[in-house]
Amino acid sequence: MYLYDDFDRTLLAERVAEFRGQVARRLTGELNEDEFRSLRLMNGIYLQLHAYMLRIAIPYGTLASDQMRKLAYVARRYDRGYGHFTTRQNIQFHWIKLAELPDAMADLADARLHGMQTSGNCVRNITTDQWAGVAPDEIEDPRIWAELLRQHLTLHPEFSFLPRKFKIAVSAAQHDRAALAIHDLSVRLHRNGAGETGFEIGVGGGLGRTPFLTKIIKPFLAKRDLLSYVEAVLRLYNQYGRRDNIYKARIKILVHELGAERFGKEVEAEWQAIKDGTLALDPAIIADIAARFRYPDYERLEDNPAALATARKSDARFAAWLDNSVSNHKVPGYAIVTLSLKPIGKTPGDCTAEQMDAIADLADRYSFGEIRVGHEQNLALPHVAQRDLPALFAGLDAIGVAIPNVNLISDIIACPGLDYCSLANARAIPVAQEISKRFADLDIARGLGRLHINISGCINACGHHHVGHIGILGVEKNGEEFYQVTIGGRADEQAQLGTLIGPAVPYDDVADVVEDIAEAYLDLRERPDELFIDTVKRLGVEPFKERVYATR
Amino acid sequence: MPLVKSGKVVEDRYVRVADGEPVPEQGAVIVSADRFLADADELGQRSDPVGVIWPNNRNVADLEPHLPKLALVALVFPAYKDGRAYSQARLLRERYRFRGELRATGQVLRDQFLFLVRAGFDSFEVVKPADALAFEEATKRYSVFFQPTGDGRVTVARVRSGREAQAPQRQPERLSA
Ligand code: SF4
Repeated sequence: MYLYDDFDRTLLAERVAEFRGQVARRLTGELNEDEFRSLRLMNGIYLQLHAYMLRIAIPYGTLASDQMRKLAYVARRYDRGYGHFTTRQNIQFHWIKLAELPDAMADLADARLHGMQTSGNCVRNITTDQWAGVAPDEIEDPRIWAELLRQHLTLHPEFSFLPRKFKIAVSAAQHDRAALAIHDLSVRLHRNGAGETGFEIGVGGGLGRTPFLTKIIKPFLAKRDLLSYVEAVLRLYNQYGRRDNIYKARIKILVHELGAERFGKEVEAEWQAIKDGTLALDPAIIADIAARFRYPDYERLEDNPAALATARKSDARFAAWLDNSVSNHKVPGYAIVTLSLKPIGKTPGDCTAEQMDAIADLADRYSFGEIRVGHEQNLALPHVAQRDLPALFAGLDAIGVAIPNVNLISDIIACPGLDYCSLANARAIPVAQEISKRFADLDIARGLGRLHINISGCINACGHHHVGHIGILGVEKNGEEFYQVTIGGRADEQAQLGTLIGPAVPYDDVADVVEDIAEAYLDLRERPDELFIDTVKRLGVEPFKERVYATR
Repeated sequence: MPLVKSGKVVEDRYVRVADGEPVPEQGAVIVSADRFLADADELGQRSDPVGVIWPNNRNVADLEPHLPKLALVALVFPAYKDGRAYSQARLLRERYRFRGELRATGQVLRDQFLFLVRAGFDSFEVVKPADALAFEEATKRYSVFFQPTGDGRVTVARVRSGREAQAPQRQPERLSA
């Protein structure tokens, strides 16, 4: 966990007071909706189809049990008893009243939670690997760097009115669980030939209407230079990013229009002018931030205790969950447990207040009071002693979050779509619900192996459909909902944009198309362990396209 | 439109001279960027102050050689959400060491005051009279600062690492005379 101090608390209190004043000015008409808009957006407040939506940041996906209880409280007190976890380590409440927003914010601030910079044209919540600090494959904890960036970019006087939103992700592991390549700026910790740790910096990734993956502009940046380099990137973007057309305003367009090489050179020149100034990171400052990340007092335990083997033998449901939802931890005798928020036929990422409270209790009992939120819209308990797994399973199963479908076809990422979002062209949640029902049989789902479906209700791509193994995008055709289907996308270290398989299909056909694709894969794969994504890579989209459109 | 300077609503001593109109012999004037660049030497001879309005899509580096001749630079916020002039302001103050009056013009609302001050602005043409009166309060809204900018406010990092003994200060150092 990260320890907040008086500065963090004071800042949040000041923020709430400011926002209270802004809401009061809006309610009296002193501020018009247009003026209020950018102010509320900077606090994570959107006006949706039915009500105001409040988005709360969960920095680097790390949440303490008391914070989870506070989210449950807010869900009950101000919303309809549930919240929705998004693809960017945020939680959204969709039904909050304008007049109550300042109170909800004040309650959240009591638990060190806020919505600052979760929307608007500023630097958004900085995301990382949800397994940061516990993943066996990381070289160090990426959250230290995410936190340094978060602080530096909180209420930054120069960069609070950028051309468009700006998303940063940080990862320090071999396996990319933070979807680096689809961010405006990616920061990857790695070791260079001399054995020093530093950052590889990429820019210009992003989905939406014109999808791009990041391009690397700095293969190795020393740690002391992180803030100055990011400042240089943002300064160029703030001045030269396009402001004439909202669809061309992201940094990816600037990078594309200038060319990554030229953009990199401009950044280099700006950076040279500031790198040895006040932003050069002092080791004392890095040490101070690092010291605020506290790790649990782990016991000395053995891997695979006998109790686990016994439980595995005696309970097939437990065994299935163990194989699916439990991952290796860097400390012997411990495990990382993923909680699926993808029950069959329900809304991906939704969590009820009762579930939140129960998860907070289980985290206290079995995970040193800590919970993680991942970009796949699932949760995790990051420090579970392996001997406790059977008891934890019973607890999770009782509240419906032990469904062993993590990374399977029913573990769907979907944006809110037409059910909530005023920008939507089509529904996304009901599509996810229907597909998950088709693959409710876990044996069938397991037989298909790792397979990610991502669904967006419009071209803004909040469901990251371009990087889904199967991507589904809602479009509107003559007032009806149609869906474009892509395959072969991925957001990991081999990131790739998916390829369209053919003409859009109507709402009623989407689940059938997914079934066709799944069947085609079963026929086409070379071996049972060739993943869907690898079969698509080997054969291209043609054979899938043939199968899908043969009868349509 | 009220002008706020040193935290107070004051009389604007500058007169804006439109392109094509003669520049008066005496009195403080503000001219456009094109006019200024065309007549920089002549305008620099004036004994009374000269200021320029610099658009937000023009590189402030072009202004650098002329800064000693300028008593004021006015930067422009064509819309509240167009933040280009924040970068221009920091560059003028922190890189090119401009010490004259740096004025924010255009869509200037109270919710920007603190950002503007931190970026180096020290005078403000404020759209709404009520906002101008709220200047003092708005710039004291926050006491916690993370970024070391040219305004001199002490950052949290420096306090935490023991470089500064006290809590962050509220008052900035005055940038212009
Ligand atoms: S992708 Fe479109 S429909 Fe879905 S949440 Fe984003 S803006 Fe709304």
